[in-house]
Amino acid sequence: MSDVPGELKYTKSHEWVRINEDGTLTIGITDHAQDLLGDMVYIEPPEAGRSVAAGDDCAVVESVKAASDVYSPIAGEIVESNESLADSPEVVNKDPYGDGWLFKLKPSDAGAVNDLLDAAAYTAFVESEEH
Amino acid sequence: MGNKTPLYQQHVAMGAKVVDFGGWDMPLHYGSQIEEHHQVRRDAGMFDVSHMTVVDIKGARVRDYLRHLLANNVDRLKEPGKALYSCMLNADGGVIDDLIVYFMEDGWFRMVVNAATHDKDMAWLNEQAGAFDVQLEERTDLAMIAVQGPNARERVHQAIPAGAERAGALAPFFAAMVDGLFIARTGYTGEDGYELMVPNDQVEGLWMRLAELGVKPIGLGARDTLRLEAGMSLYGSDMDETTTPLESGLAWTVAWEPEDRDFIGRAALNRQRQAGVARKLVGLVLEDKGVLRNHQKVIVDGLEDGEITSGSFSPTLGHAIALARVPAGIGANCQVELRGKLVTARVVKPPFVRHGKICV
Repeated sequence: MSDVPGELKYTKSHEWVRINEDGTLTIGITDHAQDLLGDMVYIEPPEAGRSVAAGDDCAVVESVKAASDVYSPIAGEIVESNESLADSPEVVNKDPYGDGWLFKLKPSDAGAVNDLLDAAAYTAFVESEEH
Repeated sequence: MGNKTPLYQQHVAMGAKVVDFGGWDMPLHYGSQIEEHHQVRRDAGMFDVSHMTVVDIKGARVRDYLRHLLANNVDRLKEPGKALYSCMLNADGGVIDDLIVYFMEDGWFRMVVNAATHDKDMAWLNEQAGAFDVQLEERTDLAMIAVQGPNARERVHQAIPAGAERAGALAPFFAAMVDGLFIARTGYTGEDGYELMVPNDQVEGLWMRLAELGVKPIGLGARDTLRLEAGMSLYGSDMDETTTPLESGLAWTVAWEPEDRDFIGRAALNRQRQAGVARKLVGLVLEDKGVLRNHQKVIVDGLEDGEITSGSFSPTLGHAIALARVPAGIGANCQVELRGKLVTARVVKPPFVRHGKICV
């Protein structure tokens, strides 16, 4: 079973969300998602400054197996993008919840994050997809 | 639940991600496909290829049978142990399968065909056998390991000391039988190495000895990127029954001489050759970001569209490469439709990589 840290929020499209002290959110793809995709070869993070709606595709992660869109879990403005992944996409495989983060978002509605899945709900969702 | 090779438990124990391949439960990778790829280019890796079909063909007229069956000419095999790559065609010149055939001794050849095409291959081999009175024996008692990479041969010599001398003396595309172990200096990676056939009950011991010598297990994922970089065709992707060897980069495997050798598909290939072959298989290199993938559309200025037959990220080049079937008149560049955008790719002649060196 893949790693699902308890303190994060999740989406059914396999993004994780960390709530930072300054109110911004850090977003990446889950361990389960990177495992399904296999070795990453290109990461296209979103440009900082862009406004996104919930569900907008805003990044692309491309592995040896397939290209996959990454969706913004909630509405807001992209405030930072992990540019270092351009030269080291494998970090998303090795450290999906740490250095493999994709972008930071300033949410339009700080409460929206509460509607996302918690770790137990995400784990149950992944298991239901596998069977 | 698919078929399992005798090494299945080893794959699971070594952490393999197992996938279905032609009805077989096979390792896709053991952690990182890209690291496995580099392991073979830089050192030595081993592949379980026991799912492939090994057929021994025996009989006084076996040579006549194969002269009729194959587009390449087994009369090129004069010394025992010599191997030949060939396509097996239908009457329309379409490729039923590609294979390697080894000349074992007078009256005995050994053929290795693909796993995914097992049933239709066996049916075809049997159908053609009647007139030649040959006996076909499928060697399901044998397992097969490919050991490939610049250090592969040395490691195999260490793993099987009794066969080291004979193996060390083998020229490329030759094989020898040593104490029931079949050692062939062949492969599907563009690197030096061996393909070893051993009785099923001995393969686990051999696999573990190789692992102890530092040979890493390599999954089907890296097997595919290695063969693609080496410019080697994959049956079912780069050619099939709807395409001939002439439009698949495999004209070199068709033996036209002697003219009176009546192999299956010859008349159709002749007609195609005389009319002019409209399509060909080329290599593509994408220097920009993005990965070329199977079935993407290739757009060629002023000519019909082509299609990528095998596309992937090339770990050795660090960007995407592909094989594509395109109009014969293609120039130095083309465009590929990649996720809704057009990107420019360079047209090259495969291989992309040989013996660890980039050649495009």
